[in-house]
Amino acid sequence: MAEMQVEDKGKKGKKPKQKKHATRVDLTPMVDLGFLLITFFMLTTSMLKPQTMELTVPTKDDVKDEDQNKVKASQAITVLLGKENRLYYFFGAQENGVDPELVLTDYSSNGIRQMLVKRNSEVVNNVNQLKLDKAARKISEEDYNKKLSEYKAAKSAPTIMIKATDDSNYKNLVDILDEMNICSIARYAIVDITPYDLGLIDKKTPPAK
Amino acid sequence: MPKVKVPRKSTTVDMTAMCDVAFLLLTFFMLTSNFVAKEPIVVAIPASVAEIKIPERDIATVLIDKDGKVFFGLDTQQDRKELLKTLGLAYAATIPAFDEKELNEFSKISSSGVPIEKMHAFLALSPEKRDSKDAALGIPTDSLNNQFSAWMKNARKINPKLRLAIKADQQTPYKVIKRVMTSLQDIKENRYNLITSLKEVHK
Repeated sequence: MAEMQVEDKGKKGKKPKQKKHATRVDLTPMVDLGFLLITFFMLTTSMLKPQTMELTVPTKDDVKDEDQNKVKASQAITVLLGKENRLYYFFGAQENGVDPELVLTDYSSNGIRQMLVKRNSEVVNNVNQLKLDKAARKISEEDYNKKLSEYKAAKSAPTIMIKATDDSNYKNLVDILDEMNICSIARYAIVDITPYDLGLIDKKTPPAK
Repeated sequence: MPKVKVPRKSTTVDMTAMCDVAFLLLTFFMLTSNFVAKEPIVVAIPASVAEIKIPERDIATVLIDKDGKVFFGLDTQQDRKELLKTLGLAYAATIPAFDEKELNEFSKISSSGVPIEKMHAFLALSPEKRDSKDAALGIPTDSLNNQFSAWMKNARKINPKLRLAIKADQQTPYKVIKRVMTSLQDIKENRYNLITSLKEVHK
């Protein structure tokens, strides 16, 4: 439209001095502005959304002392988070006054994970196979989720009790919860540490010099 | 043979295309962006293999730093305003009510944590001073004076769909985490999301 008007005026010749203006505008400043704003948005945004780990704990009213002891000793593994990233575990519970053997390990993949995978081998194998199937698109998402929870609920799966001492830190807790995920363990609980467990750790740790 | 004519070309380049690209990208960033929320403390979050993304709405963030200070954040201004109003009512016996100006100031702070007795003084500070380390006092969580559970209870009342996200520093002692978790358990909040960064599984 603007161009038309310019031409009209030129033809009429009323204003001979007026030059034919090019309708093209120099866009360089606009580009500058555009990129400036892009830079601003790129720097202020957080593109990566953080991940979350879902955790459900029972309400206090639901938990009774009798329930806590219901875990079968043969399937129970107690994991104790100690200070300075130390990690201990023992199987079962005290029997006839004999203390279970406390093993010192760490958070690496050769540490606690090896033990958990060994203990939970049936489930881990099943789940791995399932994941391969899913990757090869042999099964649907729905079936996958259904079977996953089915496998995880297997009777042979161990029950883990996570007991953190006051000297452990949040990273330790997240790490151990993460191991539960990695090792496909569905039955685990964060339990308050007892003086008995602390005693076991004390016996295991060499006295400070 | 006729001479090959080399037309003289102007050195100016057509910027229209570049301009288009710039604004296309700009639009993209503007639409996808969610701003980094300002947090009163710096938190180094631990890594995990969990791949669940945190939902965008209805999130209450509990920030815990390595000294055990607790901060609380809600995602909308409206909710934050409501929160302070109800908190003021809950503690009406100990502190004077919050006026409109204070409520508005509070709604602008994405996540905050000061003992309720000091809230008036905190809101009277200038925004720069509010960000300073001295102002970040944390919400008391000890069992005698558990203001944190009051914050949570009121936030839950304002938005029943609220989901809880705990964002704690790697080095936070477990004692503090336990205290926060028990105060949440006491008020029957038993589903939380622990915010972590992504890491690969080492085989």
